Amino acid sequence: MNEVCFKTIDQDNPHTLATYKKNGGYQIWREILAGKWTPEKIIDELKTSGLRGRGGAGFPTGLKWSFMPRNQAGQKFVVCNSDEGEPGTCKDRDILRFNPHAVIEGMAIGGFVMGATVGYNYIRGEFKEPFYRFEAALAQAYELGLLGKNIHGSGMSFDLYSHLGAGAYICGEETALLESIEGKKGQPRFKPPFPANVGLFGKPTTINNTESFASVPSILSHGGQWFADLGVKNSGGVKLFSVTGHVQKPANFEVPMGIPFKDLLKMAGGVRSGRTLKAVIPGGSSTPVLTAEVAMNMTMDYDSIEHAGSMLGAGSVIVMDDSTCMVKALTRLAHFYYDESCGQCTPCREGTGWLYRILKRIIDGNGKAADIDLLLSVQDKIIGNTICALGDAAAMPVESFLRHFRDEFDHYIKHGKSIIEVKNSGENIK
Amino acid sequence: MISEKSKQTIDKWIAKYPKGQQQSAVMEALKLSQIDNGGYLDKKCIEAVADYLDMSVISVAEVATFYENYNHKPVAKYTVRFCHNISCMLNGADNLIDYLEAKINAEKLGELVQVKKVECLGACVGAPMCQINDDYFENLNEQKINEIISGLK
Repeated sequence: MNEVCFKTIDQDNPHTLATYKKNGGYQIWREILAGKWTPEKIIDELKTSGLRGRGGAGFPTGLKWSFMPRNQAGQKFVVCNSDEGEPGTCKDRDILRFNPHAVIEGMAIGGFVMGATVGYNYIRGEFKEPFYRFEAALAQAYELGLLGKNIHGSGMSFDLYSHLGAGAYICGEETALLESIEGKKGQPRFKPPFPANVGLFGKPTTINNTESFASVPSILSHGGQWFADLGVKNSGGVKLFSVTGHVQKPANFEVPMGIPFKDLLKMAGGVRSGRTLKAVIPGGSSTPVLTAEVAMNMTMDYDSIEHAGSMLGAGSVIVMDDSTCMVKALTRLAHFYYDESCGQCTPCREGTGWLYRILKRIIDGNGKAADIDLLLSVQDKIIGNTICALGDAAAMPVESFLRHFRDEFDHYIKHGKSIIEVKNSGENIK
Repeated sequence: MISEKSKQTIDKWIAKYPKGQQQSAVMEALKLSQIDNGGYLDKKCIEAVADYLDMSVISVAEVATFYENYNHKPVAKYTVRFCHNISCMLNGADNLIDYLEAKINAEKLGELVQVKKVECLGACVGAPMCQINDDYFENLNEQKINEIISGLK
């Protein structure tokens, strides 16, 4: 546990340069500056490691890095996506607070591999403490001469800056994030062209999640195979899981991929006392919900969770016990996407409003029998019909909640109240 | 409006971006202008930012209205941004928000503190949580809310 991104977390002053260096920090970057690595070697190690994009998409990082036209003349950029904000997801905040130098070193390595001399870390606007931690770490790295122009006379340059958001979930979508850095509304771009060809300020750009970048230095110092062996097939390495909701001890855990869900639940202290597990959203609010029975038999890796009917996403495990009204839970999730839709694509802009309003009228006791079919019809019209994945993210939970907990929705519509809340209050049920 | 001190800070942000891309500093410029104007943006702020960054007024207005962190009318000294999404909801955020609002009403603190329900603030392991101005407060309960609010007076 805590071998990579959380390596320093249990030590005194985990975020400082001294602590990072004591743990082997900046060793790889120094070796790169000394000419001991080639970009190809680094890409090979990353491919071997099995590291997949930790922001939720799970795209192989080594492959992504290989797509950059590194030898093309002109400016190129690396960008870190620290715009964390999907309900249930809170791991990048702790990486920035407790191990910011790993992000800096990972980004500098990325700059070397992809021929980019400038990087930006996009930090969500509300993350003031993480922002100041990252800024302080940047200042230390510059002071030590590890960043800047012609670093240590190597002929290599890498300048790194942080950019602060201002409150918009959509900016976690990589092309919306680029628009936002350019000082515009954060509305996603059509792909293609992909950022590797036309990215920030129209230049080739690679965007990775905070956890992905922070994993790179450890992978290179121990070797790609070491990382791969920590995890399981198709899911190399360790991963941060944010376990939240109805658990005794909610926390972020950095554990090997493939750990049984029930072990992870145990690490978080299990469900609240006197309660039983009802449902689990395994990868953040946009991933389909699973029943307790299915969740208790899955392991925390891409293949197993997909087989169970959901997605690993960003590893944001939301635990719900038997006191949870699934109609109200889904209504709250629907509100999130309704609030956060950027308004660019009609199916998402209008559809998220429809989903929320139908669910709201159900929990207000005004639902109609036809509302279930209407919900399914609306979500079906959003999926696959929008520029970015937010539309799918808004739609997917709806179908899964209805599939697994249909009786609760039917009851709410028929009786105008939650069967679960009736049970919770100890009333007799007819 | 933008103060001279804010202009110096904006200049530091402009320096982070390639030459000619000063528009990238618009989000920070708006935040600073908002502070200079007492907590919210009016037409003059937006025009001043547009002028300073050589942008069209509509481009600045688009940014100012797209992102959630900008206010367009006067605000209380403290804004409590209370997360009400899933992990916080499961941990009793709705009841705590009701409690906080009732407390503010009962103690007539409306001019000092205002409450806004917000979507996820990315601190779900500390649910229920809120942000007051810049700071996060986690693992909240009624007693903690009492302590925090009395500290604001």
